[in-house]
Amino acid sequence: MRRTFRRVLVLGVAAAVAAVPACSSSSDDSGGAADGGSKIEVFSWWTGPGEEDGLNAMIADFKAKNSGIEFINAAVSGGAGSNAKAILAGRLQAGDPPDSYQRHAGLELQDDIKASKVQDITYLYEQQGWKDVFPQGLVDKLTIDGKIYSVPVNIHRSNLLYSNPKVLSEAGIGAPPKTWTEFLGQAETLKSAGRIAISIGPVWTQKHLLENVLLGELGADRYERLWDGRLSWTSSEVLAALETYKKVLSYSDISAASADWQPALDKLIDGAAAYNVMGDWADAYLSGTKKLTLKQGYDVVASPGTDGVYNFLSDTFTLPVGAKNKAAAEKWLVECGSKAGQDAFNPKKGSIPARKDADRSLYKGYLAGALTEWQKPSTRIVGSLAHGVVANNAWNAEIDTALGLFARDGDVAKFAASVQKSWEATK
Amino acid sequence: MHRVRRWGPGLLLVSPSLIALGVFVYGFLGWNLRVSFTSWRGLAPTYDNVGLRNYRALADDERFVLDVKHVLVFTLVFVAGSLLLGFVMAVLLERGVRAEAVFRTVFLLPMAISFIATAIIWRWLLDNGGGEQTTGLNRLFADAGLGALRSDWHKSDSVWAIAAIALPAGWALSGYVMALFLAGLRGVPDELREAARVDGANEPRVFWYVVRPMLLPVVMSAVVILAHISLKTFDLLYAIDGKNINVDVPALYMWFTTFDGGFYARGATIATLLLLGVALVIVPYIWYSVRSERRR
Repeated sequence: MRRTFRRVLVLGVAAAVAAVPACSSSSDDSGGAADGGSKIEVFSWWTGPGEEDGLNAMIADFKAKNSGIEFINAAVSGGAGSNAKAILAGRLQAGDPPDSYQRHAGLELQDDIKASKVQDITYLYEQQGWKDVFPQGLVDKLTIDGKIYSVPVNIHRSNLLYSNPKVLSEAGIGAPPKTWTEFLGQAETLKSAGRIAISIGPVWTQKHLLENVLLGELGADRYERLWDGRLSWTSSEVLAALETYKKVLSYSDISAASADWQPALDKLIDGAAAYNVMGDWADAYLSGTKKLTLKQGYDVVASPGTDGVYNFLSDTFTLPVGAKNKAAAEKWLVECGSKAGQDAFNPKKGSIPARKDADRSLYKGYLAGALTEWQKPSTRIVGSLAHGVVANNAWNAEIDTALGLFARDGDVAKFAASVQKSWEATK
Repeated sequence: MHRVRRWGPGLLLVSPSLIALGVFVYGFLGWNLRVSFTSWRGLAPTYDNVGLRNYRALADDERFVLDVKHVLVFTLVFVAGSLLLGFVMAVLLERGVRAEAVFRTVFLLPMAISFIATAIIWRWLLDNGGGEQTTGLNRLFADAGLGALRSDWHKSDSVWAIAAIALPAGWALSGYVMALFLAGLRGVPDELREAARVDGANEPRVFWYVVRPMLLPVVMSAVVILAHISLKTFDLLYAIDGKNINVDVPALYMWFTTFDGGFYARGATIATLLLLGVALVIVPYIWYSVRSERRR
């Protein structure tokens, strides 16, 4: 107990210490510099290889356009952003926000909006013409109660099925499955060949798989209705899709689940497993870190039943209420939404730009195809559950709990009922 | 006036720590208690009053009930295991082995390693992958022809899965228990043992009637220290398999529900219940030791 308090205290003190230099120096500024707002503090969790390079490239472009604004990169590492989020929560509650901070696009931002921590920036969208350069499907997901609160920098795709071509051909499987029913047939074959049909990692990867099974089984329309309450989780069609998910899990290695998504992919690379459902950040790992060639070492297609659908997630930046350097923060948001900024960031991060008019020649390999798909007007855009687009934090955390209990007892009806109940409680 | 002069300087001396304790421990305890009676969810604090609603909700919360079972199993296995192992090591060392100081250091060393590092080592040792995939202990068993001992450890479905975590926890703390017992054993005056032997008692009887009663305070402190560590365990579990519901405990639930989901009121309620649980162990101990000190 006391240790728990110490933890909170340490977080609090850390946040306070982090804030002190920012406070004191900005007050120095207003006295000294005549142009005002000559400083900006941007908070993110981009500290890993690739993402940090991308952030630095975007910062360099920002500095070139806005000389005289000192850039403070307040990135916090660790826990795939969860450490950063805990520290950020402390700063927001203490009324000491950075000038701009990172959040996933969509309802992950809902808590901040309800607590009046972020400002409506629809005016920036109008001023910069962003509503025309971002795909309509994306603008819809960014709009919460008629207002827009953040600017997307990049786009990742969640609904991808990775496979090991060698394992498939050895088992006599011609091509990756087009539906989950077909997958289950192949899984039986793979199981008798002594392979794990689909490898899996920690709880969030199970949730990632769940959203894509639901998307594949229900189709994009009904998938979308699940998140705004128009389709009940306890309806027969959703229960049937959940039964499919349960069957898919039974062919996975969930009892020996990997500790993270990379080890889960390692099982695919060394041939122990045939398939893995993961977002497109896996491509940088497979082709970059593991030096595999697309089509030979690994293959990737849209997850079963989701051809032509782009299940997206995106990193965005906000304008907090009480930002000390609002003018500079607006300039940073303009940078985030600009063609130059997005083309500086994304090739390094291994994601595609949110804008439709990005420079295609910069995106090679997997990214080239992904960009074509994203920019195609016929592509249907839906949002990811596991990555904060379609459910707020509270509901997402409750789904984590329900999913953990489901992995123990496999009770589909109970799982559906508890997800439905927590939707009512957290909407 | 005269009396003030007597206790005044002492009070002045301890007052900074009293104030710090008052604010940062008891003040925050009170604040936490207050939050547990609210409906606070999300970033903006709400200080309404919903009575015991959060407590009742937890009683019906399948995850919390499971967590309580887990922490009880863990405490039982971890405390009993560490006590037994620590005691055996202490008795062996007390017999006068060569290079006793070396052994003592070797056994104590794991305690100096942070739980996070311990967890990362043991996450690998407790791997349960199949066949060639597996590493750690299961691999060792397979190579030594003891494949039958293979276990799913903390990833098995049983409510006892969390008992596997008692291995790393016991590994880290049994050396400390050994040191406690060793000090206790050394504290038994030789004269008493001699006297018993002269009276014709054999070694087991000497141990049972002379040494054992004198070790009781050591056992008491060891149990209290281990039990409260066990109830609060967070970092070890977080780093080994933090989001695996099979090893979920109230402390982890508190963290995730508060900082992932924004359920501040529920988190505060779990924290309060944890405090009560620890108090249940510690208060009788403090009461006992204060009383026995007064008796002296």
